[in-house]
Amino acid sequence: MFRQARWDEPILFELGAPGRIGFLVPEVEEEIKRVVGEIKIPEKIKRSSPPNLPDLSEVEVLRHFVNLSQMSYGVDNGPVPLGSCTMKYNPKIAMELAFDPRITMLHPLQDERTVQGLLEIMYLLQKWLANIVGMDACTLHPAAGAHGELAGVLVIRKYHELKGQIDKKKEIIIPDSAHGTNPASSAMAGFKVVTIKSDERGNVDIDALKAAVSESTAGLMLTNPNTLGLFEENILEIAEIIHEVDGLLYYDGANLNGIMGYARPGDMGFDIAHINIHKTFSSPHGGGGPGAGPICVKDRIVDPEKGIKLSDLIPGPIVVYDEKEKKYKLKWPGKYSVGMLKAFFGNVIPLVWGFVYILAMGPQGLKEATEQAVINTNYFMKLMENVKGYDVIYGKGRFRKHETVISAKPMHDEVGVSAEDVAKGLLDAGFYAPTIYFPLIVPEALMIEFTDTETKENIEKYAARLKEISEIAYKNPEEPKTWPRNTSVGRVDAVKASHPRHVTPTWRVYRLRKEGRITALK
Amino acid sequence: MVRHPWLPNSPENIKKEMLQKIGVKDVEELFKDIPKEARVKDWEKLEIGVGRPLSEIEVRRYVDRLLDKNKVFKYPPPFLGGGAWPHYVPSVVRYIMMRGEFMTTYTPYQAEIAYGLMQALFEYQSLMAELLEMEVVNASMYDWASAAAEAFLMSFRINKERNKVLVPSTMNPFHKKVAETYLWPHGYKIETVKYDPETGLMDLEDLKKKLSDRKASAVYVENPSFLGFIEENARDIGEIAHDYKALFIMGVDPISLGVLEAPGRLGADIAVGEGQPLGLGLNYGGPYLGIFATKWNMKFVRQMPGRIMGLTTTKDGKQRAFAMVLQTREQHIRRERATSNICTNEALCAVAAGVYMALLGKEGFKKLGELIMYRSHYAAKKLNELPGVKAPLFKSTFFKEFTVNFDNTGKQYNYIHEKLLENGIHGGLYIKQYFPELGETALFCVTELHTKEDIDLLVDTLKEILEE
Repeated sequence: MFRQARWDEPILFELGAPGRIGFLVPEVEEEIKRVVGEIKIPEKIKRSSPPNLPDLSEVEVLRHFVNLSQMSYGVDNGPVPLGSCTMKYNPKIAMELAFDPRITMLHPLQDERTVQGLLEIMYLLQKWLANIVGMDACTLHPAAGAHGELAGVLVIRKYHELKGQIDKKKEIIIPDSAHGTNPASSAMAGFKVVTIKSDERGNVDIDALKAAVSESTAGLMLTNPNTLGLFEENILEIAEIIHEVDGLLYYDGANLNGIMGYARPGDMGFDIAHINIHKTFSSPHGGGGPGAGPICVKDRIVDPEKGIKLSDLIPGPIVVYDEKEKKYKLKWPGKYSVGMLKAFFGNVIPLVWGFVYILAMGPQGLKEATEQAVINTNYFMKLMENVKGYDVIYGKGRFRKHETVISAKPMHDEVGVSAEDVAKGLLDAGFYAPTIYFPLIVPEALMIEFTDTETKENIEKYAARLKEISEIAYKNPEEPKTWPRNTSVGRVDAVKASHPRHVTPTWRVYRLRKEGRITALK
Repeated sequence: MVRHPWLPNSPENIKKEMLQKIGVKDVEELFKDIPKEARVKDWEKLEIGVGRPLSEIEVRRYVDRLLDKNKVFKYPPPFLGGGAWPHYVPSVVRYIMMRGEFMTTYTPYQAEIAYGLMQALFEYQSLMAELLEMEVVNASMYDWASAAAEAFLMSFRINKERNKVLVPSTMNPFHKKVAETYLWPHGYKIETVKYDPETGLMDLEDLKKKLSDRKASAVYVENPSFLGFIEENARDIGEIAHDYKALFIMGVDPISLGVLEAPGRLGADIAVGEGQPLGLGLNYGGPYLGIFATKWNMKFVRQMPGRIMGLTTTKDGKQRAFAMVLQTREQHIRRERATSNICTNEALCAVAAGVYMALLGKEGFKKLGELIMYRSHYAAKKLNELPGVKAPLFKSTFFKEFTVNFDNTGKQYNYIHEKLLENGIHGGLYIKQYFPELGETALFCVTELHTKEDIDLLVDTLKEILEE
């Protein structure tokens, strides 16, 4: 039976005692003091009162955070079948190599001749990723998936700017099943978002697409397989429709784990693709990050006279190999590039992690990973056939790819037990819950992705638990409302958490409110 | 057919059983909806890895040999800053960061099973809030540069009719480049304010002049500045900005905040910064940690980007609990009307920085700040004694970085850098391409990692190079 730790762990500010230290700062050398004399900071910029930080010993700090870690749950603890998150196992050999001091101690502005090994790794990774997605050039610069999306949509903007048509190219088309980051990234790149609906099979509704496409269309953002886990069957036709009006196709790589080794975005007609290293290529999610979101592009001509290609537009720096000097070098963004999206190269630790993963898997292993992910999903779907309380809304009878969405709508309609309740029931059994209430087009959605690294036994247990939850729900619909019971804490009051009178984003707010020094957030 | 330790269902017998249950004769059937034209050809012949799966033993050897081609500047550490700086990573920080329960978990969508992670992130926000003396801190952005860029975008959402931000002409050129990228699609402009050539400080008259058209949504300063000096007029700059109804945004290096005034006390409306010094390591540019904070005012908080953890209770009110708060700002709910597209952030780095701040405490930050300043001032003083060398170029007090000018040595910095490298020393960043008016100038960085011995070695080696 699953039982998560329930330590009564205070908040750091409630711990410690005056005078304790957690870190010994070296003494200033006497000779240095003699030479320098006194350090004079102008009064108006000198810290006027010390920061209100607790005084803790190293022992207290360590135990505190170890206890907190025991009240957290990751892939290392058990299955995390969060849909669209591809929470696969994070290989430890990759962790060891990515945290090697020959990487962690390199300064980003260090002389290129002193980082040849790392640059070679990054150069190879650029090439391997380009081959995996069927594109011609990659940049490893973006720090996350959404960062890659922004980079990609900015490339679309630049493309139309360089072609002198940005004044009319104002819209990006996005299906209603898309991740929220797609419309948000488009808006950040200055585009208007046009949403199109999905058809019953879970595909983009081609008629709706045709109606939406016009001379204003700058591009289309698409996830394939989409968030329902379904392959977009009409992808070639979609590409044609968009290219006809000189729009570009952007591939959201969140679901690459569903087709790797079988199909490549580049071969499907996509012009730009981002890749989530922290999904498909096994670097860990870190409780929200860091990730890495490389983008790859086709060698599409932007301006034949000036010889500008799409690859000149991507952000950077990227790594190039100088044949003459036999050296790897950084190529900083040139005048046609969208520029930089963060200071320096990219998120190197997740990138090296991905490099090690690809190296260990090889093309055969990557393809096998996709097969496993797809078999796991469809095996699960089979186990869920005819289980009372659940339903499939889109693409009935179709095989899924790496993930699936089932709906708890029948259960919700009949006995009032919601997707959220189901999620909490899964937590109680020691499974991380699915992504819930997403995609938005599926009511009471449970979005489930086992990935390639989950065992058959766990998939069976998970399905059995879903069935058990349904049985309990129909017998005693009040019980699920009391879940979870086996986690570190019971059902959380999220409404109060965001209420202007109660919202407490920091201990400082807690303290000031208690002292009556601040009022409601307004 | 590949059997692999990371693929538990890859053995043929298991696979077969699963396919049978699904009701297909082979795995191909599951992919039959992919049109032929979109199928990849000769996948196994593509250059991906070495063309076959490798064992852990082979992988280690392969990567190890590549890593051997890197040169780590350990003792002395590189005298390089410019937005990332060599600082010590305490063992406890790295140890906690490596805990699988933190490292391998997802964004805490399920609060009840992620209690520990959420408390750790809440504590990061809380410790940072005290360091900055600002009330609301988010759970991280990508880095300082992107945090500054998002702060600028936020200022335009608050000051809707305005179309430019004012930044110091000494602004970190990498940060500026990133901000340009973020602002370009919206037609917003970045305008630079002159600096006083003697002190490096922002020219307040020029600032007022550029504010007078009332088009600036915000005034931004960095403290310490890219060129190392301390912007001692920060409070005045903030007041001037407010006179013209512009926001005041400060970019800070958190490790300086034991000795330098907190942005909250200097009147900042938004504070951003780089968390890299707080125990994250250099990592060749990332992952780092973008700090983002604002004050207790709904007008600001509602426009803030990024995730925020909040303290609450369980539904029965009996237990302390945490939840992600004010999510209606975010992309998964607001979509194209969200305050930012950010989803994955740098949460694990925030946890690590939280551990770092907890270890240092108020005393640690002060002592560390003082140690750094003593060491950097010692280095500048010693370098300045070398014939023809001027360090620093500006009169103002500096923190850990300072300009070193070689104009009167008769040697170009490129040559000096080359010679230092030959002696196993990595010198400062050559900044001529960003600040041509400063001549043969490099930006040197000295932190708690550079001992007197390291600094003396640099000075002695430079002396020899210059005497040649």
